[in-house]
Order: sequence, then C-alpha cells, then structure tokens
Amino acid sequence: MAHTEQDILAGLAEIVSEETGVDTSEVTADKTFTDDLDVDSLSMMTIAVTAEEKFGAKIPDEEVKNLKTVGDAVNYIKANQAA
Amino acid sequence: MTSPRPTVVVTGLGATTPLGGTAEETWQAALAGRSGAGPLDASWVEDYELPVSFAAHLATPVTEVLKKVETKRLDPFAQYALVAAREAWADAGSPEVDPERLASAVGTGIGGVQTLLSAWESLRTKGARRVYPLSIPMLMPNSAAGTVSLEFGARAGAHTLVSACSSGAESIAYGLHLIREGLVDVVIAGGSEASIHPLPIAGFTQMQALSTRNDSPETASRPYDVDRDGFLLGEGGAILVLESEEHAKARGANIICTLAGAGVSADSYHIAAPEPEGAGASRAMADAVTDAGATAADVCHINAHATSTPVGDVAEVAAIRRAFGAEADHMAISGTKSMTGHLLGAAGALEAVFAAQAVRDRTAPPTINIENLDPAVDLDIVRDAPRDLPSGDLLVLDNSFGFGGHNVALAFGSY
Repeated sequence: MAHTEQDILAGLAEIVSEETGVDTSEVTADKTFTDDLDVDSLSMMTIAVTAEEKFGAKIPDEEVKNLKTVGDAVNYIKANQAA
Repeated sequence: MTSPRPTVVVTGLGATTPLGGTAEETWQAALAGRSGAGPLDASWVEDYELPVSFAAHLATPVTEVLKKVETKRLDPFAQYALVAAREAWADAGSPEVDPERLASAVGTGIGGVQTLLSAWESLRTKGARRVYPLSIPMLMPNSAAGTVSLEFGARAGAHTLVSACSSGAESIAYGLHLIREGLVDVVIAGGSEASIHPLPIAGFTQMQALSTRNDSPETASRPYDVDRDGFLLGEGGAILVLESEEHAKARGANIICTLAGAGVSADSYHIAAPEPEGAGASRAMADAVTDAGATAADVCHINAHATSTPVGDVAEVAAIRRAFGAEADHMAISGTKSMTGHLLGAAGALEAVFAAQAVRDRTAPPTINIENLDPAVDLDIVRDAPRDLPSGDLLVLDNSFGFGGHNVALAFGSY
C-alpha cells in the first residue's frame, strides 16, 4: 500500500515536530530543513531513520544531505518506498 | 579586617526532588517530615528479581515542566539539572552577567545511564542504524553542565565534577574557588542524578547498600536508627546560584546566605567503604570551618551525609566528634536523606540547598524514622520535628562523602 504525497508530508511533519519542537503546521513542502526548520545534521539523521521506519523507504546516509527541503524528502520517500 | 579574596554569596536556589518540584516545596515537605519513598515499577521487580521494590521518584514529573523536545533530546539527569537551574536562575532574579564571567558546574555520579542502556537495547534489537544520533551527547556525564551552560549562555566554562555521592557538593566547592580566584562573577552550581533503573539498583543491592524494607518504604531510610539496613535510592537535581558579593550587591540581588568555606579530602582507604576512624571526613569538615574563618564553636547545625547504612552513619558520627571534640555537642545534626532518599550525585547539592534554607529560616530540618537511636550515636540528632537555630550569626555545614573515598564539607553562613 503506497503512501500518497499528503500522507508522507503529514507523517514527516509529525516526525520533524517530534524531533525539533516546531509546530506541524510549519512543516510545509517549501521549507528547508536547515534554515527554515532549524534541523541540524544530527536531527536530520534521526528524521531520516524515523521516516525509513514509518514509510518503508530506505534513505542511505549519502542521500540524506541531498534532501534540502521537506518537499525533497517527500519526493524521495514517494519514489523509493517499498512497493 | 577585610578579606583579600571575594566573599561568595548564594543568590538563587532550585531543586526538583522526591519531596517537591521546587526548592521551596521540597523544604516545606522536609520541615513537615514527609517521606518521598514510593513503589518501583512492579514489572522491573518481577522481571529482574530485584530484592528492592521501592525508591524515591521525583514528586513532579519533568514532563509537566519541560517541552516534549527537551525530554526527547536530554537524558533525565540533564533534564533534572535544567529544571533546577531554571528555578535557581529565576530565584536569583535572572541576573545580567557578562557571559565570559559566568560558569556552570554540575556534578553527577553516573551520568546518562538510562540513555546508555536504552541505546544498547536499540543496538541489540534493531542494529546500529537505529541508535539515536544524540545518544553520545545525551549519555556523557558532562551533558548536564553543558546543557546548563547552553541555557544561560555561560561561556567562562562548563564543569563536571564526578565524585560519586559528593559530586554535587564538590561542584559547589569548585564554584566557590572559581569566584574566589576572580575568574568568574557567577556560577550555576549543583548536581543531578537519574539512575532509578534496574541495573544501578541491581548493582547497589549486590553491594548490600540499599535498604530492603519492602513492607515499609516510607520508614526504610532511617539514619542513626539501630535497625538501619541501607539507603533509599532517590533521584533529582539541585542547583545554587553562587555569586561574588560585589556582583550581587551591585545589581541589588537578594542575598540568601554566604558560602563561607569548603573542605575537600580523600580517604585513600577503600574504594567503597568509609574509613572507620573518619580521619579524612573530619579533615574536610575542619578545613571547611577554617576556610570560613570560623571555629567549631560557630557551627550550630550540620546537614549530615547520613545515608542510613550501618557503617557509614557511625563513621560520620566518629568523624564529627574527631573534627570538633566537645564542641560537637552543641551542633544540631539532621539526616534529611531519611525523607528525600539518597540522590547520589545530586545529594550534596540538595543538602546544600537545605543548608542555605536552614541559615535563611534559622531552622534545622528533622530526621525521621528513628525508632531506637543507635547507642553509638552520641550527638544531638534533630528527630521528628524541625528545630529553631539560635539568634546571631549562623554557620551551617553540609557533609557529603562518596565511593572512591571522597569527602566534601561546605560551610554556609548568615549574611
């Protein structure tokens, strides 16, 4: 059962909120993790691993640094989720 | 004659303990003679066959006062330090301090043991990738000092003194020296501990250090009672804001008392047992009084280490007698661990808070649960109810000793 973009965005928002304390409503596709959401590299690792678990999509460490915006992460997860 | 070195004063107190969520709640509960003991998680007792089924947990869970993200990213011991430090800082009037003249000194006995063990569990059951990336900064014993430094912008240094059950007191002694040396104006100093967990409990029970009075947790901690059988494990954090008198006066701070002196020594006798003659402990006490520019005649009250262990309590009594001789007869001795339990690395800091409150309110807190005083105890123990301290200038001692042979005594005086 593939997750839709909305599903993934909502799920990511929850993960980011849990990790950083920002409100879920702040976590929109256009936001950058580093500048807009104050996510440091350690938090980014946590978010990636938690998202892997939640959506069944492998996000290799070398890919994590390419995910600049929340939208990037949504698209990556959507394209790589377990069929 | 004016002293050439700065006078150090206490301008803020904070604590989260088994008796209350603040320093004041804790003090009032102690004056009322309440016990902070309660049941341990029953599944732990069953799953791990723990011989002890009780401990002294925080009265106010940190989840009620910290943001969710703070409880996620900090080990409980750093959380307790943060809660206590925020209270102490506010109590001090949130002073304006040059960041390069502000330090933190927060001791702990074990550090982030809960994080360490849960990360190990994640590794064993789910593999390396599932170990929380903040595990290392959370479990390191300096994370409380670092967290407090980060919170208040303390840039003169973030110090972690680790000396088992004297860590909190030794951190305060260290803060005293930093100010006296003229290196800083203000130190956020104290200790924290969060090791109510099956592993530390199992370790302590294997040393026969904990009371196993499972049928009566609230009376288990009974310093000086002839039937004492070990300590009650507690948790919490306690912080004092230490300040040079000059800095405090310049900003019109409310000065609670002075931190007049400190004495530190080591037994060099055994890694866990106190030296029975109390030579090292008595030296620490005598040094603290001398350092305060006082004599034994000036000491009216001692907040004793008094953990409720068969050997430790009488060793401390011997040390007090050895340090002060006949003068010890007029000192009101209190064992507040009878109520709070033993907060390990936070104990010395919590008892320093009690000592400061005793000076402020001219009251020695009680020692509860003494049914039959051990005949080996020939001192004036404050039993059952608080006692008024005399008028005039007071000098109050706080004793803390730790595995490793550490002895620390702090002297607090009237301002």
